[in-house]
Amino acid sequence: MTDVLDRRELPETPAPNPVDWSKVQKWGALGGLTMSFIAAIGMVAVLDRRLIISPWLSLGFLTLVWVPVMYGFVGATEDVPDGSSPPVKGERDLISGLVTGLLSGLFFAFFIVIIDTFDVTEIFRNLGPNLVELLTFGRGIGVASLVWIIGSGLLGLVGGALKVIPRKFRSALSGAAVGVLGFALLELIVTDIAQGLLIEFVTDWIYALNGGLTTLSAVVIALLSGAVGLRSDGRTLAERRLERMNLPSEVLFRKNMIAAFVTVLAVIFLPMILGSLTNELLANVGLFVLMGLGLNIVVGSAGLLDLGYVAFFAVGAYTTAVLTSPLSPSFAPELTLDFLSWEGWLIMAIVLVMAAIAGILVGTPVIRLRGDYLAIVTLGFGEIVRILFLSDWLSPIFGGAQGITNVPSAAIGPVVIRGTSSQAMFYVVSVFVGLGIYVAWRLHRSRTGRAWTALREDEDVAEAMGVNTTAAKLTAFVMGAMFAAFAGMIFAVKVGAIFPSSFKLLVSIIILVVVIVGGMGSIPGVIIGAVVLIGVLGGPTQPGLLQEFGEFKLLIYGALLVVMMLKRPEGLWPSLRRQRELHHEEMSQDAWLRTEVEHDEEGER
Amino acid sequence: MPVLEISGLKKGFGGVQALDGVEFHVDKGEIVSVIGPNGAGKTSFFNVITGYFSPDGGHILFNGVNIAGHQPHEITELGIARTFQNVRLFPNMTVLENVMVAQHCRTSTGIFGTLLNTASYRREEKEIEERAKEVLSFFGQRLKGYRWDQPAFVLSYANRRRLEIARAMATMPELILLDEPTAGMNPKETAELTELIRQLRDDRGYTVVLIEHEMRVVRDVSDRVVVLDHGVKIAEGDYETISQDPDVIEAYLGRPAEPDNG
Repeated sequence: MTDVLDRRELPETPAPNPVDWSKVQKWGALGGLTMSFIAAIGMVAVLDRRLIISPWLSLGFLTLVWVPVMYGFVGATEDVPDGSSPPVKGERDLISGLVTGLLSGLFFAFFIVIIDTFDVTEIFRNLGPNLVELLTFGRGIGVASLVWIIGSGLLGLVGGALKVIPRKFRSALSGAAVGVLGFALLELIVTDIAQGLLIEFVTDWIYALNGGLTTLSAVVIALLSGAVGLRSDGRTLAERRLERMNLPSEVLFRKNMIAAFVTVLAVIFLPMILGSLTNELLANVGLFVLMGLGLNIVVGSAGLLDLGYVAFFAVGAYTTAVLTSPLSPSFAPELTLDFLSWEGWLIMAIVLVMAAIAGILVGTPVIRLRGDYLAIVTLGFGEIVRILFLSDWLSPIFGGAQGITNVPSAAIGPVVIRGTSSQAMFYVVSVFVGLGIYVAWRLHRSRTGRAWTALREDEDVAEAMGVNTTAAKLTAFVMGAMFAAFAGMIFAVKVGAIFPSSFKLLVSIIILVVVIVGGMGSIPGVIIGAVVLIGVLGGPTQPGLLQEFGEFKLLIYGALLVVMMLKRPEGLWPSLRRQRELHHEEMSQDAWLRTEVEHDEEGER
Repeated sequence: MPVLEISGLKKGFGGVQALDGVEFHVDKGEIVSVIGPNGAGKTSFFNVITGYFSPDGGHILFNGVNIAGHQPHEITELGIARTFQNVRLFPNMTVLENVMVAQHCRTSTGIFGTLLNTASYRREEKEIEERAKEVLSFFGQRLKGYRWDQPAFVLSYANRRRLEIARAMATMPELILLDEPTAGMNPKETAELTELIRQLRDDRGYTVVLIEHEMRVVRDVSDRVVVLDHGVKIAEGDYETISQDPDVIEAYLGRPAEPDNG
């Protein structure tokens, strides 16, 4: 305690540090580069048609203007070693932000001048007169350069100012930004819901005719959501989660139960008020949740990096197609996937058996391999399976490149669930996801789940503790395969036609990204990951909420993955275990710093 | 009757003969220390017994069954548990989970029982948890209460060593192999653990073989001491005999310089 008191008294009035010019220069240049890059890949031009606030802010320009704000904020951030006193905020931050922004703008203006002067369209197709026209607002290069430099300087200043203003205002501002962006980007879903609730007049007022918010509604939404942000106590998400962690387990259990109950209600009633587009989206998300849950068992629990997971998805889809489609080339029993008759149950049983066989076939040879070797070999297996389905050799059974078409719809007794009816499909997917969550949750806390965790932690020791690692690994592979095979089964009846090209390596990777971004080993994490990636950005072939981003999807996936790995390796909603693993140091440090934080608040008063 | 009986045990790694025909036995209820200078083959000896390496030759009879070349988990199931020289816990699992995992081979509920949440599954889970707590209570208050739910990596070094022993006990073995159980402990903790090792035998009925460098521990707990050097047993007997044995002294300290050189 005396130690703490001493530290409080030592610095009387600490002087603000001088501006870190090298950092400002670095981030200014990076900002200019980022803006130029975004413009160069055609994002601005393509997304210009999509309006955020009608008529003056398009999504295209939004992809540029966040850069000076963000980089200004980062440029103004002082690097302070953990545990030392927090930096004094002041004009230093404003100057840093401003200069970072100015530099970015300067750089970007330079970029515009270059593409205006030199014709590089031979190599860079996007960098033509159209882009120049767009970026100069049709007002000539001189004016535009000035606008960009001053504008981005001001935006950088905003970024720097974000550091200076108290936390409360910062949360109000970010609340407003999230509100406006949310309403603007989720235009489709919001109108969809409003139509379902018969309150179309609200959305008619919010959105302009040609898309995007009207200026007035943007202001109203900003004020409202800003007020919500102001009301929050400014705790960060990490702090909230840390707080949750420390709750007694009964309270936590009750909270989780309430959350689960609300989710179930939402899943039951939401599809009724949502339009087909949103339902379709949710059904796709559900498919990926199902696969993510399966892969989560293999990678998250048992720690076996499987890059050929799509193979099991394919096995499920092809099994279903062969069993049901009348156009299945050689063997066509033409069963119907009727969940109330023996035929449906037979299909599901066969799908499970085939998945298990595939799991064992893939699992057995790789059981001795670890880490990178395992990843490479499974990657090979994934491709082998796709190529087998594509091959002439097996085309008498699986149809080769033509695949199997006319997969009939699923049914529940007399009710036919058409693949095109996205609402019905969403219910079907939900049931399987619910089942999957139950299975994953039960296994996680069981003897089997513990053995998997031990396997991930230290294979040799697990073996010494009497865990049959071969059996445990095979079980994990087979369980994971079953999840994917069910997803494949639903996929087959949903799409109605199966081609080898639906089962590319990319699918495996995207499922893995879903698991990593969501949080390895965490069931809610997989769901969040799938919603964020598949729902918002879109799956390998499925469009997401931000359809406009379609062609840049993989770029954003990559960028997101890099940022996540650097800033938040545990994922969006990590499992308790990973959370503990990564927060142990912070927890002890927080306690140590707590007096420091209080000191800071006193200073503000 | 010996619990473990080893004859002519050989294991080579390339040019190094880690074990070169070791003869060894442990009787039921004995505490035997294996000592020897660094690189004598002590840990290799443990690794071969517990199935990490299969021996090049020789027999390892555990209760009359030859276990040479069996898988480690099979050997654990037969009743030999071990700890590791460089503490190897499951760092991100909780203390309780660490001990619960160790009962894997003594329990049997499979995936279906788990998914259907059968009565026998619930009973077994409860038993596993209770047994884990019981085993941890062997260490008094040290691994109790709030410690149960702490991840193993936050434990102090001494507690990690204790947890490793608890984990070995939870596999319900007949024979426990401890690889340098007091390494890195302070004198007080060492004394405490020495007492606990004795209790492992007296109260819990385990047969114990330990590798140890701390001679005070060896002296205090061992019924018998076996000295290995260069993969060969060079001496065997009680501590007093061993500490006088010229071969042992030579193995540790080297041969005295020949006087005729000077």
